Amino acid sequence: MSEQAPLITMQLMGKNYRVPAGLTLMAAIEYAGYKLVRGAGCRGGFCGSCPTLYRREGNHRIFTALACQTLVEDGMCLVQMPFVPLITRPYDLYTITPQANTLLQHFPEIAGCVACNTCTRSCPQGLPVMDYIQASLRGDIERAALLSFDCISCGICSSRCPADIKHYAVGLLARRLYGKYITRNAPDLAERVAAIETGDFSAELDALMTLSAAELRSRYEQRTFEVAAEQEDPYSATRSYNSAMDPVDYQDELEVSG
Amino acid sequence: MEISDGYPAAMRQSIARVEATRSARMGRTFPAMSLDERKALLLSHHPDYKAGAKRPLLFGSGQGMALNHELADLFEARPLVRASLDLSKIDHDVDLLVIGGGGAGTVAAIWAVKAGLDPRKILVTTKLRHGDSNSTMAQGGIQAADRPEDSPAQHFLDVMGGGHFTNQPELVRALVQDAPLIIQWHEHLGMMYDKDASGHFIEHPGGGTSRNRMHSARDYTGLEMMRVLRDEARNLGIPVIEFSPVIELLCDEHGRVSGAVLINLETRHYHIVRAKATIITTGGLGRLHMQQYPTTNHYGATADGLVLAYRVGARLIDLDAVQYHPTGAAFPAQMAGLLITEKVRGLGAQPLNCDGEQFVFPLEPRDVEASAFIRECAERGKGIKTPQDMCGVWLDAPMVDLIHGPGTIREALPAMFRMYARFGIDMTRDPILVFPTLHYQNGGIATDEHGATSVPGLYAAGEVMGGVHGKNRLMGNSLLDFNVFGRRAGMAAAAYAREHPAGKLSLAHVAAYEAMLHDAGIETTRTAPRILPDYRGKEALDRYLDIPL
Ligand SMILES: Cc1cc2nc3c(=O)[nH]c(=O)nc-3n(C[C@H](O)[C@H](O)[C@H](O)COP(=O)(O)OP(=O)(O)OC[C@H]3O[C@@H](n4cnc5c(N)ncnc54)[C@H](O)[C@@H]3O)c2cc1C
Ligand code: SF4
Ligand code: SF4
Ligand code: FES
Repeated sequence: MSEQAPLITMQLMGKNYRVPAGLTLMAAIEYAGYKLVRGAGCRGGFCGSCPTLYRREGNHRIFTALACQTLVEDGMCLVQMPFVPLITRPYDLYTITPQANTLLQHFPEIAGCVACNTCTRSCPQGLPVMDYIQASLRGDIERAALLSFDCISCGICSSRCPADIKHYAVGLLARRLYGKYITRNAPDLAERVAAIETGDFSAELDALMTLSAAELRSRYEQRTFEVAAEQEDPYSATRSYNSAMDPVDYQDELEVSG
Repeated sequence: MEISDGYPAAMRQSIARVEATRSARMGRTFPAMSLDERKALLLSHHPDYKAGAKRPLLFGSGQGMALNHELADLFEARPLVRASLDLSKIDHDVDLLVIGGGGAGTVAAIWAVKAGLDPRKILVTTKLRHGDSNSTMAQGGIQAADRPEDSPAQHFLDVMGGGHFTNQPELVRALVQDAPLIIQWHEHLGMMYDKDASGHFIEHPGGGTSRNRMHSARDYTGLEMMRVLRDEARNLGIPVIEFSPVIELLCDEHGRVSGAVLINLETRHYHIVRAKATIITTGGLGRLHMQQYPTTNHYGATADGLVLAYRVGARLIDLDAVQYHPTGAAFPAQMAGLLITEKVRGLGAQPLNCDGEQFVFPLEPRDVEASAFIRECAERGKGIKTPQDMCGVWLDAPMVDLIHGPGTIREALPAMFRMYARFGIDMTRDPILVFPTLHYQNGGIATDEHGATSVPGLYAAGEVMGGVHGKNRLMGNSLLDFNVFGRRAGMAAAAYAREHPAGKLSLAHVAAYEAMLHDAGIETTRTAPRILPDYRGKEALDRYLDIPL
């Protein structure tokens, strides 16, 4: 038997609805009868499509949250804000370079930051948004990239910023510059790609392709395993992952036996 | 209902039993099953083998294929448009139509441009926002054999074995051979993979891999990939229409696919797209909730692409095998179905029943582990009931810190810790409740190694395509597969578009499909594609009036 959760009152776009306590804002909106088209994406806190503005009873502030990650409260007054318009100038990452003024040139509005900290206070990911904007302004691309990494581009910060900054676009350019120009390229990768392109691995793959099912299976069973660094730890995930046991096939035995 | 530290009283009683047995369980792990035991358990409790859960398709290219009812229902459903729909006004006349703005679709569009198509002659159309997709949700990582100790052949063996040798070898070959090239492309696009100071990727192992080749970007790998790809597509000027899913493909007089009908979800206007080539990249099917399982998938994962392709006669493959991940969250209800990474068990958390007893080796293969959880709840009645009537088993998370030292959970599992903390549960002190969750569509539309389906003019890539993973995908190979086959399909479709002028649009296949439904004796008011699941409250629906406004 399902224990009935007590009903509470939520005000959605100015109308009162009675909904069970303990639902997320998203589930409460659906419970009330809305079929969401905008305002729902991953439903798990990854995509940023469900930003919501709300007020609480007895509090003068405007709060912001992700509807899929926040529980409904009695007396909450909310509206979904599923879209924050964003227009940016295109760039070609292959031709711009990571200079101290690159971010400022591309997003001159960051110079208008008044350090009010509204963006940081409103970020549902808990990121130091103002700090990454300030870092961008100073030309510290690395810091801007690292501080903004967990951004899910929900746009809440940009909707609240008095300086009309497009924070998540600034962070994105900072991260791409960092990933492309500031971290080193993987030393072995280019060599591997070149070897594949000249066909160095083709013969080995061709040979595998011609094996019979039984031969392939026996090659699989005989394959060697990389020794995991923390092999001695009996609880190591690595150890059990890299065991011949893990992906063993029971399923085709099922098929064989009908 | 009395809640203390996140759990109601009834669940607290069971937690007390978990705590009582904890010290005796430390260092003692339930023994692993023999192959025979696994086999018996799968046959008796895995959802794929559940009696009565599937039925054979009655008509079409996949006639006889046994599918879960929820999926079979979609094929045995009426199209959303009639064959008589007015096609005379073409709204978008393009070289290439890409259906689905997730990972595969975005990669395909970018590579079609690299292959020489004018971006303005490409159209990407997607159901929700550009990037609202399973791709964004991937946490773990992407495989590629790019270290000297590893090789494409080694990767090939792992993929084939993981798929129980049911994979299409030419697809696997393409997958493993292109993998390093994809990672290099990502590096050039400025994706922030985890690297050490000298630029080497930090590569982890994954289930079923014999080498460490999992590249990741913290635990936001898919998010990082998707936002960079989307940015690149925007910078190239590729047009994307959001909130406009395709509801039917269009063919020409020769039966070649030549575009599609889209619907604007807000105005309910339809748009006609004529295209010289079309790529389906609509992703997976978790939101069909097979056998009523919750899912890890995004809101729009409703298998639309399979339906679209089937209506024009495309061949499907391996759709009988669906991947259930053993550890989806079962409590609190707000988290139901969300993915709890395998790493929690890898770090030593034991699965336990309501009496705090172990009942299965913690790291059996995914489907065996899932079956054991189902058996504990269903047959043995030893699961833990939640106030919402869900059932699950405990994962004794606090063991992780006891084994590896305080602070390990916060450090090694920060996303998990934060997620539970948001809903009032402290997983460093209390166990967490889990139950299997619907995770991945193993099979899909059959293609060759360039993404071409059995129907001319139609390509497919990503989770919607089948064959590369056979009946079981290994972690880290689907982020790879949408890149490899998105790229290949984009280039192949661009070449096709250059050689084949668009024909005269027709919906004759819709009439033919209706006739097949009729001949198979299927009388139904069901329609497909599904587009979005419906989660509206019963009370609200009971009083719903469909009045004209
Ligand atoms: C929680 C989670 C974790 C995962 N972790 C990993 C991992 O660690 N490693 C790994 O390799 N894989 C992982 N996967 C799997 C992987 O993320 C997906 O298989 C892959 O990203 C699918 O990419 P795709 O482009 O094919 O589909 P998607 O990214 O889902 O994109 C499909 C797009 O098509 C759109 N669409 C659907 N129907 C229509 C229609 N009718 N018309 C127009 N558009 C439509 C959708 O809205 C969506 O935008 C994970 C999946 C999930 C859900
Ligand atoms: S930084 Fe801005 S866009 Fe990014 S998650 Fe925070 S509020 Fe959302
Ligand atoms: S909200 Fe805008 S102005 Fe205020 S600190 Fe943030 S970036 Fe600066
Ligand atoms: S729906 Fe994706 S973050 Fe809420």
